[in-house]
Amino acid sequence: MRLGSTDIIDTFAEAFAMWGTRIVITAETPAWALAAARSVTGFATSVIGCKCEAGIEREVPAEETPDRRPGISVLLFSTSAESVGKRLVERIGQCVLTCPTTACYNGLPAEQTVVVGGLLRYFGDGYQISKVLNGRRLWRIPVMDGEFVIDERFGIQPAVGGGNLLLCGPDAAATLKAAEAAVAAMRKVPGAILPFPDGVVRSGSKPGSRYKSLMASTNDAYCPTLRGFANGTQLPAGVRCVLEIVIDGLDLAAVENAMRAGLEAAARQNLVQISAGNYGGNLGQYKIALRDLIAAAPAAVA
Amino acid sequence: MSLTLALRVAPQVPMEAEALTFDRVADLSESDIAALPLLHGNEKAAVGDFFKVSGRANGEVHLEGDLGRVKYLGAGMSRGRLVIHGNAGMHLGSAMIGGEILVKGNAGDWVGPEMLGGRIIITGNAGHMVGSAHRGGTIGMRGGEIIIHGNAGNETGNGMRNGLIAIGGNSGDFTGVNMRAGTIMALGGLGWRSGAGMVRGSIVSMQPAELLPTFSYDCDYRPVYLRLYLLYLRELGMAVEDAWIEGEYRRYSGDSVELNRGEILLLNRQKLS
Repeated sequence: MRLGSTDIIDTFAEAFAMWGTRIVITAETPAWALAAARSVTGFATSVIGCKCEAGIEREVPAEETPDRRPGISVLLFSTSAESVGKRLVERIGQCVLTCPTTACYNGLPAEQTVVVGGLLRYFGDGYQISKVLNGRRLWRIPVMDGEFVIDERFGIQPAVGGGNLLLCGPDAAATLKAAEAAVAAMRKVPGAILPFPDGVVRSGSKPGSRYKSLMASTNDAYCPTLRGFANGTQLPAGVRCVLEIVIDGLDLAAVENAMRAGLEAAARQNLVQISAGNYGGNLGQYKIALRDLIAAAPAAVA
Repeated sequence: MSLTLALRVAPQVPMEAEALTFDRVADLSESDIAALPLLHGNEKAAVGDFFKVSGRANGEVHLEGDLGRVKYLGAGMSRGRLVIHGNAGMHLGSAMIGGEILVKGNAGDWVGPEMLGGRIIITGNAGHMVGSAHRGGTIGMRGGEIIIHGNAGNETGNGMRNGLIAIGGNSGDFTGVNMRAGTIMALGGLGWRSGAGMVRGSIVSMQPAELLPTFSYDCDYRPVYLRLYLLYLRELGMAVEDAWIEGEYRRYSGDSVELNRGEILLLNRQKLS
């Protein structure tokens, strides 16, 4: 298949069932809301090493936030409902509660919820105050610049993690340019985030390792320096750089929409090839075929 | 067509009408509703003696006429919507659990006493003891919302333990007396001795107030949670100014004769732009 001048491999991304949530952070200024959002999404690239994956979904204008202050929405994913709750308590407690002027609200109306503010309230050492407004319990925790306000509970829902694209380019500069274009397009898709640094990962991994203690190791099939002797290299001639974009979404449609946007944006940058990572369909619950993603633009497919 | 009970004979003395709740009439025929009991003074009567009943409840029940002498309307109600086109008497929504009561007029004393949930909206004024404990009791309103667009009398929220009372105008003396928790927002002024004996909870006003000496000044600040409350009241149709949402408030702690964990927040009008 071709999209523009780029070969699209007829394969699929193998994605996994996760649990996800959305939090809305507000502050006196957009800069402080962003500071908290950056902090709370730090060290959250992969569940393998970080226990969760998180990213900034979008800036939320003041007129859309619960307290009409500038805000940022953040998505966070983990492998179980319980883990999402624990990660929220850890990260909001260390990264949002600590950030000047912030407040933190549930951004996901959902049947299933986890207690977050109801645990962080103990930081108030007995001076915390509970408020119930329209059936929603909030906590006011006294801090040195006033009060930190947080919802008692945050909604969680089944989600999808591990959607991905492998961008194969002729050199690092061209591949980076394509990756940046793809990330810019994908970030416009609601309900999805790209958890790696500025959305891009160079250290794609395969499951397992020759070292027993490691769950994952380098994806040797896509390492240009191993083209000569790695078993089963996947690199076509002319490819000297591969960058991956990983996508987590609150549902399958969000992941597919982000992948489609990234695919179309990257293909316009004259890459050699775009592929996707999978494990033969044996590990993940979802198979997202690249063929299906570009089916919406059949004229571009040769 | 929704169920309508139109007052056709005005009661000569106060009447107790605990039968006139959504729960009691929603599933009954017109004749069954007309046969429900009332207490007119000390005499037994029936709904049909005073009201013309027509239609069937479709999620709402409408009461028409000046019901200023009719007590206990919506008492114990747990669901549905009761719309009163006129004034309502004492004990409106007493011990209400859920649903909504809308009064398009004024309400007497004891609106929502010992209320547990639901919402009462009064477009006019309310009397004394809104959301309060009954005399002899210590715990008032435990949940739900009472929204009064006009003024309220004395002892609003006496013994209140949870929920929200919002008053668009002035609240009388002893607002929040013996309050345990919850929130009272008097967008107009507060009467004398507001917060006397309060243990926890919040009393908020947009006007200066003379506070008891057992309240101590904490700071001037912009409470984020108050923004949520004010925006919510605006959604409910109350006149909330932008300056109140963005404004700075003077926080006082009290009552020190009790636990001293209550707060009174007064809008700092000197810092309004």
